[in-house]
Amino acid sequence: MLIKMAWRNIWRNQKRTALTMLSIIIAIFLSLFTRSMQQGTFGSMITNAVKLSTGYIQIHKDGYWENKSINETFLSSNKISEIVEGNKNIKLNIPRLESFALVSSGKLTKGAMVIGTIPEIEDKLNDYSNKIVRGSFLNTDDRSILVGDELAKYLKVDVGDSLVLLGQGYHGVTAAGQYEIKGILHLPIPQLNKQLVLMPLNECQYLYASENRLTSISIMLENPELLDETTSEIKESLSKEYEVMTWEELNKELVQFVDTKVVGGMIMMSILYIVIGFGVFGTVMMMTMERRKEFAIMVSIGMRKIKLLAVVFWETIFIGFVGVAIGIIITFPVLLYLSKNPIKLAGEFAKSMESVGAEPLMPFVINTGMFLNQTISIILIAFVAVIYPLIFIIKFNVLKAMRN
Amino acid sequence: MSIITTKDLNKIYDEETIPVHAVNNVSLEFKEGEFTAIIGPSGCGKTTLLNLLGGLDAPTSGEVIINGTNITNLNSKEIIDFRLRNIGFVFQAYNLVPVLTAKENVEFIMQLQGTPKVEREERVLQLFEQIGLKDRMNNRPGKLSGGQQQRVAVARALASKPKFILADEPTANLDSKSTNNLLDIMEKLNKVENTTFIFSTHDSRVIQRARRLITLEDGEVQEDERIK
Repeated sequence: MLIKMAWRNIWRNQKRTALTMLSIIIAIFLSLFTRSMQQGTFGSMITNAVKLSTGYIQIHKDGYWENKSINETFLSSNKISEIVEGNKNIKLNIPRLESFALVSSGKLTKGAMVIGTIPEIEDKLNDYSNKIVRGSFLNTDDRSILVGDELAKYLKVDVGDSLVLLGQGYHGVTAAGQYEIKGILHLPIPQLNKQLVLMPLNECQYLYASENRLTSISIMLENPELLDETTSEIKESLSKEYEVMTWEELNKELVQFVDTKVVGGMIMMSILYIVIGFGVFGTVMMMTMERRKEFAIMVSIGMRKIKLLAVVFWETIFIGFVGVAIGIIITFPVLLYLSKNPIKLAGEFAKSMESVGAEPLMPFVINTGMFLNQTISIILIAFVAVIYPLIFIIKFNVLKAMRN
Repeated sequence: MSIITTKDLNKIYDEETIPVHAVNNVSLEFKEGEFTAIIGPSGCGKTTLLNLLGGLDAPTSGEVIINGTNITNLNSKEIIDFRLRNIGFVFQAYNLVPVLTAKENVEFIMQLQGTPKVEREERVLQLFEQIGLKDRMNNRPGKLSGGQQQRVAVARALASKPKFILADEPTANLDSKSTNNLLDIMEKLNKVENTTFIFSTHDSRVIQRARRLITLEDGEVQEDERIK
């Protein structure tokens, strides 16, 4: 009966309750929309950074990260392979040799990032074969390369044309070679499209006179939540000659950028919730004050104050919960649609995204946690808003309230 | 048998500034089955006395003993529970819970007492038959006339099977037809079920039907007359 009474009470002033709920619905929509967009964008940035570059964990020679030189490579050994392959949380390990080179075609020359990798493994990770816009993907034994579409466009080359690569090999040896373009890639990160030259690992090692040498082994995990444990296990197994770093250590700027944005988002959300909190508080307070006499009558006929408190508590929870429920029902399909159809950005906004290494897309994600957090936030606001009415009920004088 | 006894009951408002003796040395006894009206001019202390009898207000001095319990010694929680099980209230402005139907208003008090559902249903039907509103019991108070609401208020007061009912000016907001109707029901309940009613009133129609008249003036009992 108390719950029934609370439910009916909130509809005594339908307009007021509807307005309060509307404010909660708007808050839920805005905060979920923002959160989903933020998580989607940051998730995409992190995934791209992890997949295309660093992996969740990276093994390289101690000192390589400070001085990214071809001279800071290490010899690929069976011991490292055994350690990496023996760890159950490691899904994939991608040996890479990365360096820079000048790439030329005719009179056109541009600086490029050259990555030597094992095509089959790299394809498993980055699905490069589906990012080929012209031509075909590499095989391990190929003496050819894949080029980013923007780089190809700049150099005015296409599939079947040749590029000359010129750089510095291991211990000052000149690295020079001419390679046929087997395919043109279009990657989600524009910066890579302008710079990337991908080639089989063996050929890259030959080019840079770094036979059997690697700049890094990037590691993908079965369960990224066990990042720290897995990193420690690898560290313990390897000698101090190697450095084992997590993606967070390798992408400090990205982590800092994400953290700053997350804090900014939380501050905005807190402001929004404070405004909503006052709205709910105002409604609950008015509902309490205008029923002083009714409360007095109930107490006088034998209703304990604790039961009155329960009624007011349920009323507040109902207002909050119905608002949250409607807010989620409205927001969920919108976010579901956007998670499958990310918004494509253009203009300055797109450029600013590209400048931080993100795709010019606004991806959205949906996860249970974000809905749960919003629900908990509103319920907490309801708890805070109900404090004043509860104090009022505990302290109110029955006779005075009846006279009013 | 005496169900309420007051001993040297005093209620003084604004004791430290300008003291007002709302109830002044009132010693009374009420027996089971009485149909009593407390009368007197406005401000004579009728409502204050009723509030003291019902434990809604605490006396400045003196005692209110109901069925052997000195209610002035009970704490706030105990007095609420005591009222729930022993005293029925009928207010001038009906004061039904507007979001509950007439039936739910009556049933509510039994729920507070923890009465089982089957027993509640039976009692509610019986009460609505007695007040003649069986066909309106699913209406909310807003859909009932003043007289009908007051009849429901009487049913609510009776639902908990109290030792007595305190009615503060129950007919003040009613027309004569509704007043007579309400008084008929109360008289019938008093005679058939031996329910004790104590009214505060200056309505002559209530006074005419009362079997005991207590006249108050400036908080003091001026006259206590039993009518045969």
